[in-house]
Amino acid sequence: MERVPILKIGQILFVSIQIDLQDESVIRLQEDLADELAVTRAHGVIIDITAVEIVDSFIGRMLTTIGSISRLFDAETVLVGMRPAVAITLTELGLSLSGVRTALNAEKGLEILNGKS
Amino acid sequence: MDELLIQSGDDVVRVRQFVRNAAADNGLSLVDQTKLVTAASELARNTLVHGGGGTARVEVVKSVNGRAGVKLYFTDEGPGITDIELALTDGWTTGTGLGLGLSGARRLVDEFELASKPGAGTSVTVVKWSR
Repeated sequence: MERVPILKIGQILFVSIQIDLQDESVIRLQEDLADELAVTRAHGVIIDITAVEIVDSFIGRMLTTIGSISRLFDAETVLVGMRPAVAITLTELGLSLSGVRTALNAEKGLEILNGKS
Repeated sequence: MDELLIQSGDDVVRVRQFVRNAAADNGLSLVDQTKLVTAASELARNTLVHGGGGTARVEVVKSVNGRAGVKLYFTDEGPGITDIELALTDGWTTGTGLGLGLSGARRLVDEFELASKPGAGTSVTVVKWSR
């Protein structure tokens, strides 16, 4: 199983998913992020899915869960870089990812998080 | 026709990659490739989690009017599904999921067929046509 690295930049945790996600990797990411949030007290999480070719119902649910977990640590999650084909497919699948903020790219995601005092 | 074993999370990823290549090679648009690969991911996970593992067959097919398509056939010898109608309902789940796997996969493809009997395993056949 491959692990997704988590980078800390200032008060933000940055996760760029560059692997073909299998279920175990997503569960691991969720746990690693919770640990990092507790230790670093970061106030925001950016998850970059520019390289992610598909988001199915499991991965989608985990992304929503990561958003909920972050909120419990007083951090906001912004999902950035979703491909158009992924957005169309997710919607047709019936997933709205409610509760997770989205932005077009990492830069816009950062703007959202830095607007939070 | 190619047959792939589904016995681990790695195998699910391999099925996705294989389906992606087959879809791209046969003229499916990027959106249709993504829909088919997403459906394949749902069905391969079902095969693994609910069926206790199984196989995926990937076949290139031609329609009567000459369109190319990709046909996927997932089969397992797991406990089977008692109420197929119910299993295909949005939001119905056996446990931890959202209940969108099977019903969502059906929406993402052009043809969908599910055969299952309690104790006799489950097979799902889907087709996505190029436009």
